[in-house]
Amino acid sequence: MFYRESGDFKKTYRDDSQTFPIKFDRRRYYVVMAIAFLVLPWFITDYIANAVMIPFLVWAIAALGLNILVGYCGQLSLGTGGFMAVGAYATYKLMTSFPGMDMFSVVLLSGFVTAFVGMIFGLPSLRIKGFYLAVATLAAQFFLVWLLNKVPWFYNYSASGQITAPERSMFGIIITGPYASPVTGYLFCLILAIGLAWVARNLTRGRLGRSWMAIRDMDIAAEIIGVNPLMAKLSAFAVSSFFVGVAGSLFFSVYLGAAEVTEAFSINVSFAVLFMVIIGGLGSIFGSFVGAAFMVLMPVLLKNILVGGLGWPTDLAAHLEFIIVGALIVIFLIVEPHGLAQMARVLKEKLRLWPFPH
Amino acid sequence: MSADFLYILEVILNGLMAGVMYSLVALGFVLIFKASGIFNYAQGVMALFAAMTLVGIQTGQIPFAHLINAIFGTEMHHFGWQVPAFLAIILTVGVMVLFAMIVEKYILHHLVNQEPIILFMATIGLAYFMEGFGDIMWGSDIKTMDVGIPSGGSLWLEEYTLGWAAEGERYWGMYIDKLDMVATLVAVILVVSLTLFSQYTKTGRALRAVADDHQAALSVGISLRAIWVIVWSIAGFVALVAGIMWGAKSGVQFSLSLIALKALPVLMLGGFTSIPGAIIGGLIIGVGEKLFEFAIGPMIGGATENWFAYVLALMFLVFRPQGLFGEKIIERV
Repeated sequence: MFYRESGDFKKTYRDDSQTFPIKFDRRRYYVVMAIAFLVLPWFITDYIANAVMIPFLVWAIAALGLNILVGYCGQLSLGTGGFMAVGAYATYKLMTSFPGMDMFSVVLLSGFVTAFVGMIFGLPSLRIKGFYLAVATLAAQFFLVWLLNKVPWFYNYSASGQITAPERSMFGIIITGPYASPVTGYLFCLILAIGLAWVARNLTRGRLGRSWMAIRDMDIAAEIIGVNPLMAKLSAFAVSSFFVGVAGSLFFSVYLGAAEVTEAFSINVSFAVLFMVIIGGLGSIFGSFVGAAFMVLMPVLLKNILVGGLGWPTDLAAHLEFIIVGALIVIFLIVEPHGLAQMARVLKEKLRLWPFPH
Repeated sequence: MSADFLYILEVILNGLMAGVMYSLVALGFVLIFKASGIFNYAQGVMALFAAMTLVGIQTGQIPFAHLINAIFGTEMHHFGWQVPAFLAIILTVGVMVLFAMIVEKYILHHLVNQEPIILFMATIGLAYFMEGFGDIMWGSDIKTMDVGIPSGGSLWLEEYTLGWAAEGERYWGMYIDKLDMVATLVAVILVVSLTLFSQYTKTGRALRAVADDHQAALSVGISLRAIWVIVWSIAGFVALVAGIMWGAKSGVQFSLSLIALKALPVLMLGGFTSIPGAIIGGLIIGVGEKLFEFAIGPMIGGATENWFAYVLALMFLVFRPQGLFGEKIIERV
C-alpha cells in the first residue's frame, strides 16, 4: 500500500535524481518538516526544548559526522570528543574576537577550522588501518583536550579555564547567551541539522560518497579501480570533522552556554556518539537521527521514571543507565548489527506489500 | 655520580615500573586477541570489576545492597565478617571464570563470524555494562585494597643510594615504591608461567592452535567454545592481578578502568599479537612518558602523561604499522 513507486512518473532527469524518489516518502518528509518548523515551536516548553530537542539536534549532527567517517568510509574514530572541543573553542574565539559576526557564519567557520584539524589527524589513516587507527584517533582526543586546557589563549586567559558564550544574535534575534529563548535555539539548530543532513545525503550518493564506500568495502580493490585513497580518506575526515565541529560549536554556544574542556568533551563523548551511530545504523543518514534521539531520550526517561517516579537515588539510576546502554549495544549488535535504520528498512518493505504478505 | 644523573636514573627506573603496570593490562588484551581475534576493550573494566569483587568479598559486603535498600527500604551494608585475602582471591577467580562463561554463552557465541569491528564494539558495550553492574553490585565509593602487599618507599634503597651522589650535593637517595617492585616480580612470574603454560600443556597447545587457524583447530577436534572460556578466564585472572596491583597503588575506583586506555598505545607499540611485545611496549611507554614529563613537561605546562603515549604510538605506527613484534599485515584483493 505504502512506499509504492507506481503512478509516480518521472519526466525529467532532475525528477529522477531527487532526494526522495518515492512520492509517499516525499510527502511524509514534508509533513515532518511542517511539524518541526510550524507546530513544535508553539507547543514545546522551555524544559523540553532545552533537555530534549536541542541536545537531540546537536547530537544528531555529531552522529551524522561520525557516520560519514565510520559508516560510509569505514575509518573507526574515537576522537569525536576532541574534534567537538575544537569546534567549541573555535566558536568561542570567533565570538569574542569578532563581536559583530552573525552566529550562522561563526558556526560554519568553526566547522571549517575543525575540518582542517580533522584532516591533520586523518593523515595517519593512510598508513594505519582498523583497530590501530581507532587507537591512533585516541591521540587526537587526548592531545586536543590537553592543548585546549593548557594554552590560556584558547580560553582568553580566564581564571577558571572555562569558556562562556557571550550574547550573539542573527537578524536581530538573540541566539546565544543567558537571555536567548530555548525555542529560537531549537529553530537555529533545526535549520542547521536539516541543511547538513541534506548535504550529507547528497554527498553520500554522489561521486565522493561512492569513493568513500569503495574504500570502506575494500581499500586495495578501490585503489585498483581508480579511487584515490588519499583524496577519499582525507575528504571523509574533513567532511566528518566539519559536521562534528558544527555540533561542538552548537553544543557549547546554544546548549551548554559555558563549558570546561576536560568535562564537556571527554572520551565519554566520543563513545556516546559512536553508540548513537551503532544503535541508529552504520551508513545511514536517517539512522544518525534515530540513534541520537534514542541516546538523548533514554537517560531523560530513565531519570524521570526511576528518580521522579520510584524515588530511587540518582547515582543508582546513573549506574542502571550504564547497564542498560551497555546491554542494548550488545543486543543490537547480536540481533541487528545494522541498527534501527535497518529495522525501518524492513518495516518499509513490509508496508510496501501490506496487506498482502507475499 | 652527579645528582642530576641519579635523578634521571630514578625517573627511568620509575618509568620502567610504571611500564610494568601498563603491561599487566596489555597482557590480557593480547591473550584474547591472539585466541579469538577480538579486541577486548573491556579488559580495563574487567580489572576494575575484579578488584571491586575482591574487596567486596574480603570485607564481607552484601552484593547489590544499594539496590535492595532502594527497593525494599532496608538498611543493609555488610555481612559483618572478614574473609582472609587468600580465600577471597580464590573466590574472585571463581567469579571471573563464571563471568568468562557468561560472556561466551550470551555474547561471543552469538557473534561468531561477525566482522572484527562489530566484536570490538560489542566489547565496548560489555565494558559499559560491567561498569554499571560493578557499581550496582559493590557501590561506587572509592575502596582501599589491602591484601598484604608492602607499599611505600623503600628506606633501604634510599639509604643505600644516598652515598652514590658526589660530596656536597643535595641528594636524598632514590625513591622507589615497594609496591612497584612487587608488581614487577609478579609480572615476571606471570609472563613466565603463561609462556610455560602455552608451550608445555595440552590446553596451551590447543590455545596456540586456535590462535593460528580457527577452522584447522576445529577440524582436529578442539572445541572453540571451551577454548574461548579458558582464554577469557585467563584474561580475567590477569585482570585480577592488574586490578590488585593498581588497586593497592591508587585505590579501587572508577579511574582504574581508564588505565585500559593507556594499555592501548602499549599494544600498538608492541603489536597486538605478541606477549613479549606487550611487555616491551609497556616499558618503552612507561620510560618515555616519565622522561618526557621530566625533561620537556615543565616547559609546556605539564600533565603531558595524558597524551604522550598516544602520540608516541601514533608516530611510531606511521613508520611500522604492525607494531614492533606484530605479525606483518598482508592484504590480498
